[in-house]
Amino acid sequence: MIIFDHVTKSYGSNMGIEDVSVRIDKGDFVFLVGPSGAGKSTFIKLILKEIEADKGSIRVNGTELRNLSNREIPKLRRSIGIVFQDFRLLPKKTVRENVAFAMEILHISSRTVRRNVPQVLNLMGISSKMEKYPHELSAGEQQRVAIARAVINNPTVLIADEPTGNLDPDTAWEIMQLLDQINRRGTTIVMVTHAKDIVDRMGKRVIAIDKGKIVRDDRGGAYGVYEEEAALAALLRGGGVFDSHDI
Amino acid sequence: MTFASFFSITAMLLILGLFFIVVVNVNMVAENAKKQFDTIQVYLLEDTSEESVNQMIDKLEGMEQVTKAEYLSKEDALNEFKVKWGDKAYLLDGLSKNPLPNSIRIKLNDIEKAEAVVEKAKTFEGIEDIRYYQSTVDKLIHITDLIKIGASVIIVFLVVISVVVVSNTVKLTVLAREREISIMKYVGATNWFIRGPFLVEGIIIGFFSAGIAVALVAILYKKVLTLFSQDAFLLFSTSMVPEAFLVKNLVVIFMALGISIGAIGSIISMRRFLDT
Repeated sequence: MIIFDHVTKSYGSNMGIEDVSVRIDKGDFVFLVGPSGAGKSTFIKLILKEIEADKGSIRVNGTELRNLSNREIPKLRRSIGIVFQDFRLLPKKTVRENVAFAMEILHISSRTVRRNVPQVLNLMGISSKMEKYPHELSAGEQQRVAIARAVINNPTVLIADEPTGNLDPDTAWEIMQLLDQINRRGTTIVMVTHAKDIVDRMGKRVIAIDKGKIVRDDRGGAYGVYEEEAALAALLRGGGVFDSHDI
Repeated sequence: MTFASFFSITAMLLILGLFFIVVVNVNMVAENAKKQFDTIQVYLLEDTSEESVNQMIDKLEGMEQVTKAEYLSKEDALNEFKVKWGDKAYLLDGLSKNPLPNSIRIKLNDIEKAEAVVEKAKTFEGIEDIRYYQSTVDKLIHITDLIKIGASVIIVFLVVISVVVVSNTVKLTVLAREREISIMKYVGATNWFIRGPFLVEGIIIGFFSAGIAVALVAILYKKVLTLFSQDAFLLFSTSMVPEAFLVKNLVVIFMALGISIGAIGSIISMRRFLDT
């Protein structure tokens, strides 16, 4: 569960996000959409405590991030899986080692690692590629490995930062099915994306950010006619029309 | 990358070792010199009575700076010269009369405390003159102090430089693995988990650098000792620090320095990467 309460974060004169309040419940599947530089990355970085909010409160799984010391950050990140557009696999490690690495960091016994890694890779449909290196895999397969690494420690939240950005439509859709499957097992998913067709087809909750503000928050929403919506939202903001959707 | 750190620590320790050799030997020479010059000679007037001489000796021996005060008759003094001059002693036979005075020879436990004893001796009656080597020793102490201070400054400087060099070379390694580190952090690795391998690497580099440096310095010192033990320098080598003692100390000092430089260097270099 992620709760933003009147959160503001600016970089010098550059506004990251401004006075954002939103609540993402356990088991939610949320698309975070908006133009580049709208504040999506800031939103993600705040959840991971890569950066600190200037104002407001952020709670992740009941923990107030402001009260989290630097030493406790690793603990927070272990409860959050993360997947990137560029996969970020270690090139000199095999598929199995890339995934096992995430468990070894937590000092999990090698017996458990040996048992769990093949299971997860099997779930992701790439158990046959276990001993291959990332460069020997297709983009879709690499993303599956990255997802396997992100979920191996059973995170409560999975953050996906444009996970389909480097994939062709068919492969992208396969990855979405995988994420949907993970979501159905109870993991909260926050996915940043520009892929309109995917958002429309999935029909999940959509949070649109523009110029550092949440301009739309629809359940079962579509990517939407974004530009117009944003303008309309700005007009309606005073009436608190969108606040009712926040909760 | 590893080699750059290794060479810089080794080179630094080598230079350090040379300074160390100089410092310990200068110290040794100074200590020896102090021992040789730790006497005060009080020359007595011809007609001083034995009784007052004994009184003087008693008073001197009562002082804490004095280890021993003894009477030396003019005949004994002359004999000492004869022994010292060896086969040239016949030259002294030509003397019609012994030109040396009776004297009291005072042994001090530290020549630097000579002043108080001299002041005391000056108050005695029946003395002709007081001779001691205060100014020579003062100069010697002054020079050795300068050398010691200079060497310490250079040593500190060298240590700082090598920490900087090591942290910079480790930084290059870390940069090359920045991606890996950022992934580790996203997955929730603690800073110590990430730092661990680099720290171990730094320690190992420091350890081997120290080993090599000790070996090289020991070989060099052995050569110097052999060279100095040839006739012309015999005088020198007897007052030089023995090799075993030097190496034993170098091992301890270099290991401590090498390992801490390696460790501190790698910790410093990683600070920036582990901020968040």
